[in-house]
Amino acid sequence: MERRSPLLAYFAAALVGAVLVYIASAGLDPYILSIIAFIGINVILAVSLNITNGFTGLFSLGHPAFMTVGGYVTAILTLPAARKPHLLPDLPAWLAQMNWPFLPALVAGGLCAALVAAVVGFPVLRLRGHYLAVATLGLIFIIQGLATNLDGYTRGALGLNGLPELTNLWWVYGWMLLTLYVCWKLKHSSLGRTMLAIRENELAAACLGVKITRTRILSFALGAFFAGVAGGLWAHLVTLVTPTSFTFLFAFQLVVMVVLGGTGSITGAALIAAILTVATELLHPVEEAVGLYGSSQLLLAVAVLLVLIYRPKGLFGTAEPDLFAWIGKWQGRQQTHSGSKRQREV
Amino acid sequence: MSAGYILEQIANGIILGSMYALIAIGFSLIYGIVRLINFAHGDIVTIGAFAMLASVAAIDAPFPVAIVVVLAVGAGIGMLIERIAFRPMRGAPQVTGFIASLAVAIVIENLGIMTLTAQPRNFIVPAYLGEFVHLGSLQIRAIDLAIVVLAILLMTALALFVRFTKVGMAMRATAENYNVARLMGINIDRMIMLAFAIGSALAAAAGLMWGSKYSQISPLMGLIPGLKAFVAAVIGGVGSISGAMLGGYVLGLAEVLFVGLLPPEYSGYRNVFVFATLIVILLVMPNGLLGRSTEERA
Repeated sequence: MERRSPLLAYFAAALVGAVLVYIASAGLDPYILSIIAFIGINVILAVSLNITNGFTGLFSLGHPAFMTVGGYVTAILTLPAARKPHLLPDLPAWLAQMNWPFLPALVAGGLCAALVAAVVGFPVLRLRGHYLAVATLGLIFIIQGLATNLDGYTRGALGLNGLPELTNLWWVYGWMLLTLYVCWKLKHSSLGRTMLAIRENELAAACLGVKITRTRILSFALGAFFAGVAGGLWAHLVTLVTPTSFTFLFAFQLVVMVVLGGTGSITGAALIAAILTVATELLHPVEEAVGLYGSSQLLLAVAVLLVLIYRPKGLFGTAEPDLFAWIGKWQGRQQTHSGSKRQREV
Repeated sequence: MSAGYILEQIANGIILGSMYALIAIGFSLIYGIVRLINFAHGDIVTIGAFAMLASVAAIDAPFPVAIVVVLAVGAGIGMLIERIAFRPMRGAPQVTGFIASLAVAIVIENLGIMTLTAQPRNFIVPAYLGEFVHLGSLQIRAIDLAIVVLAILLMTALALFVRFTKVGMAMRATAENYNVARLMGINIDRMIMLAFAIGSALAAAAGLMWGSKYSQISPLMGLIPGLKAFVAAVIGGVGSISGAMLGGYVLGLAEVLFVGLLPPEYSGYRNVFVFATLIVILLVMPNGLLGRSTEERA
């Protein structure tokens, strides 16, 4: 069989997705639409965290910190100039006069997050394993503390509310496509292989002339960029951003998506992100009905423990299953399976 | 700024430091033996506080009896967690253990929220512990004095145990070299259990102290003290018990003095200060004050 061009397949899938988005935006009620948007944002987050944690093997918990940066930067930039003196009276004049369109504001949010990542990453990425995890966890609390205390820019613990409702399904879909595309390209590029090499054996990679520090920072900052954008999308979806919008618990959920999906697997991260978002959303009403708040979190955590014990490589490992081939194989197996079953029954 | 005020701040720093030190010991004990940063450790603090509340409410236990109950509950829960969650993944990459411990933390927190609701509860100590004691020019509450004394008692007991008993020696040997210790006939499983039991008992005691000092407890109360105690353990050198004690006091004093001596507008930056310290220490002195260098920090 002739090998399908991945790029062509990607554009075909993107087109199908766009049609679905069009139908969804026209026909579904706002609640369902917002859930779909959350799925998209979570896919962006999980897939971008996968660049840092999955490809390069830098175990970072810092995504909520970068989301906070992106969320605030985007919010401040898009806030109508008329509302700023009321909401943020102490904002410097040059910022107060600005009123950017959504796209440049999102990019600016992403870039600021990437900048923070690069600056912090320069010293912090010398740490490995759980030391890095704890340092990036500290970063969440540092950014949270700054967001609470720099009230001239952030309105303190109250946060910025009543943001313009700019995020819609098209924005989320567009950024999701971009994230997936960049990650896919990255994974199959020489830079991506460099990252994987660092993850597998740093010393060997260094011996082959890989510039370890530079690649690490690049991977950290790239992950942070998309986290910042996702933060901006999120803020303009719920029209609110506060210092505690993105917490350590959220970092855990994202790590869970990456780990369950299989570290380094884009498909896995995206799939699990979608499944978990829907599952939590479905469990919410159940939680309320039985009055057991926290039970969905509990189930999630127990699931993680079970996966870590029984399937430590996650759903897909590092691989990207070719979905078409996979379905074909599965069908084949189903047939032989039912065949053998019939024999046993006889 | 009067000398009395500074003295009072130092006293507060020592009280806070005592609690950090107790929790930090657990991090170091467990890390020293299984190379696991047990993130659920902070939640043992919560369990300790609630065990105290339960023992006072249910059996109307006098304070000293309740302390023993809290220690026992902490030790039991610690061993249970080790058995259920961490033993099955022993030998897996370190990050796996770390994620598992995050999952355990979330299980404990949500079990707490489900059964006790997230609402904070009042934590009442006997009246005689609420009275003020005069130490020279310093005037502190009896409960604060009791916290420091109890912490020092527990830490001394641990130090003596590790230094002079046969089991303590076996524990040190296991921390020194896991595989050689096994060859020498030391029961590794039992040593790991013991590390979890002792560490968790001390964390539970810290929970009881935290509740008594701040008189409010909730299922999520353990998160921040747990994280900060980890910072303390890093300051002292993760894996070193005496380092954890020292780190606890250094961090407690530094935090209180940061808030107490700087102008009030900076006091909101308390957590920023603590975690920035963590990052700086990891970078400048990755082995902490008393830790030894290990070849691999991966």
